[in-house]
Amino acid sequence: MKTAKLFAATAFAAMSGLSVSNAQAAELTLCWAAWDPANALVELSKEFEAESGHTMKFEFVPWPNFADRMLNELNSGGKLCDLLIGDSQWIGGGAENGHYVKLNEFFDKESISMDDFAPATVYAYSTWPKGTPNYYALPAMGDANGWFYRKDWFALPEIQEAFKAQHGRDLAPPKTQAELLEIAQFFQGREIDGQTRYGAAIFTERGSEGITMGATSAMYPFGFKYEMTPGKYDMEGAVNSPEAVAGLEFYKELYKTGTPPGYTDSYMEQSLDAFKSGQVAIAMNWFAFFPGLYADPDIGGDKIGFFVNPGQNKEASTLGGQGISVVAYSENQDAALEYIKWFAQPSVQKKWWDLGGYSCHVSVLNDPGFADSAPFASDFLLAMDGVMDFWQEPAYAELLLAMQKRLHDYVVADQGTAKEALDKLIGDWTETFEDEGKL
Amino acid sequence: MSDTPIDRIAKATPPGVAGKIKGLSDRAIAWLFVAPTIFLLLAVNIFPLIWTINLSFTNFRANRPNREVDYIGLRNYERILTDGDIWLTMQATAHFLFWTIFLQVLIGFTLAWLINRKFKGNDLWTTLIVLPMMLSPAVVGNFWTFLYQPQIGLFNYGISFLTGVDPSSFQMIGDVALAPWAIVIVDTWMWTPFVMLICLAGLRSIPDYIYEAAEIDRASRWRQFWTITVPMVLPFLMLAVLFRGIENFKMFDLVVQLTGGGPGSVTELTSINLKREAFEKWRTGYASAYAIILFVTVFGLASIYVKALNKVKER
Repeated sequence: MKTAKLFAATAFAAMSGLSVSNAQAAELTLCWAAWDPANALVELSKEFEAESGHTMKFEFVPWPNFADRMLNELNSGGKLCDLLIGDSQWIGGGAENGHYVKLNEFFDKESISMDDFAPATVYAYSTWPKGTPNYYALPAMGDANGWFYRKDWFALPEIQEAFKAQHGRDLAPPKTQAELLEIAQFFQGREIDGQTRYGAAIFTERGSEGITMGATSAMYPFGFKYEMTPGKYDMEGAVNSPEAVAGLEFYKELYKTGTPPGYTDSYMEQSLDAFKSGQVAIAMNWFAFFPGLYADPDIGGDKIGFFVNPGQNKEASTLGGQGISVVAYSENQDAALEYIKWFAQPSVQKKWWDLGGYSCHVSVLNDPGFADSAPFASDFLLAMDGVMDFWQEPAYAELLLAMQKRLHDYVVADQGTAKEALDKLIGDWTETFEDEGKL
Repeated sequence: MSDTPIDRIAKATPPGVAGKIKGLSDRAIAWLFVAPTIFLLLAVNIFPLIWTINLSFTNFRANRPNREVDYIGLRNYERILTDGDIWLTMQATAHFLFWTIFLQVLIGFTLAWLINRKFKGNDLWTTLIVLPMMLSPAVVGNFWTFLYQPQIGLFNYGISFLTGVDPSSFQMIGDVALAPWAIVIVDTWMWTPFVMLICLAGLRSIPDYIYEAAEIDRASRWRQFWTITVPMVLPFLMLAVLFRGIENFKMFDLVVQLTGGGPGSVTELTSINLKREAFEKWRTGYASAYAIILFVTVFGLASIYVKALNKVKER
């Protein structure tokens, strides 16, 4: 009898094992940008592999080519990616062109509630049309453009003294954009430890999205907005408002008077390089890089400090970050949805934050210990409270390239005035929206 | 005696087929051989061209396969030809074309003339001079961005050494006035050896007896140069200009690596602009019209030039 039971149990186990292995035959490919959080996700996903039996493959593309590579993949109906952590601005195109699977039914079935994620991230990373309960992604990686500085240089007595003599206040992380400019100009060309240092590393890149992400970090706090009435595409008076013009003029002044020589085409990598090599006192970059910077043996730890993008007329930061979507052309959609279900669990989200990813889950963000869990955590919360994002329209690439051109022409190439640049931008965008049938 | 393979094939060929082939005219057999090539040409050249012309009259976007496509007549052409930014791009391309060709011909011919004179180490110098053109344009673009770096770049230090100006006081690829020259310098550095090689072939094709006859007639070196060397090398030079002109009209990789079209759009050549329209903005209909305009321009200029080249050859 005992033998019979053992035999039956073994047979059952073998059969259930077989059925599991049938369901687990999928090899999932997750596509994302090649950067620090991607490495954290590889580590995190090992747990999913162990739990589900699926195998995970990763396709990480460097940021400058990420949009080109992935949008081409989606537009051609490619099957490379089962899961895609795509930029927030792609959500409109992903939804309207049928590249992303709509997740509403799946969320309902699996009891995944969008109320469990920070509202700003759900709005930015998941919904299309904006703000409607139509979900095409799960918020995966919260991010915003922030700042970091050489805390050790700020603490030097001679530097403190010189700054106070010049500006009549202590040198400290800036509270306004105007203070930020003063600090950048103060460090510009200054000798520290026998070497010439410069003010700030900012984004000026022309080819992809760099200068738009950098300049909007100044323009949003000054009062730049895209439309007078949300959803109406009435850009006159919003895009070229006096506040927007002042914000753009400010960014140009920051570029001209506070950045290292030859800093004409720089984005994330160049900003990190300039900071790590000791060229600059302050630098802008995405929060996603902050854990890596803090852990850096040369410039991290006590030598580095972080601050949220300073306000001016209002508090605002440029949104980064992404949601995770299931690609409609994937042949492994069930397994991909399984991954999303696993990823949405609070315990996994907690581990995601611990490994260096920026969770958008309220259980993580609202944890009383969150703000003190890392030196940049409280700034991250502040930033996410006031994030603003670029157009998320299906024609976003066209809209973005127009802004890249107009901003670079004005800021770096010295062509025309800020008002002219923004007026031309309205012209470009109007043409695009007319082609789209939205105007 | 055993049959040869040819005999065996002849025997194995069914009489019907053999008869049919035998019955073909020379013209038909010629068509039979040429047909695959013509088919390939039609498939990869002519059909895409016709398709592009068709698309140029539409508002088609390749990234919106589900969107309705409308025929919009000449609107794309009208928009391109009245767009001030496109004309600036054309001007940037014309500047790049003129100066690269001018400098490459001037320096390339001078180098060829010097190399053609027999001296010790001639072969070594030739090898060293042609090295840049053996490199990948992407590599060249990348390392020249370092050479042009205002703080650590050797180019800036070289200029500083020669003129005494502060090396970090000027930015070759960040300054609106200097960036167009920065790309001209790099392309000239890379492709002058190509022009030199073609000129060298021309110089070496001139028979020595012509110079000997000129010597007997007591023609000066200067006279020999203008009445023998230049006219006889001219067809080669013109060929080099044609090759470099076509290549530089479609210049993309080197400039993208160097400047990305910036600062602003001052080095945004037509090929870079076209790529952005077609594969970043995905305005396929518009980009098709743009491509057709460029095609007609290049085709027209090249035809005139080839006629001139043939006339020079006939002289």
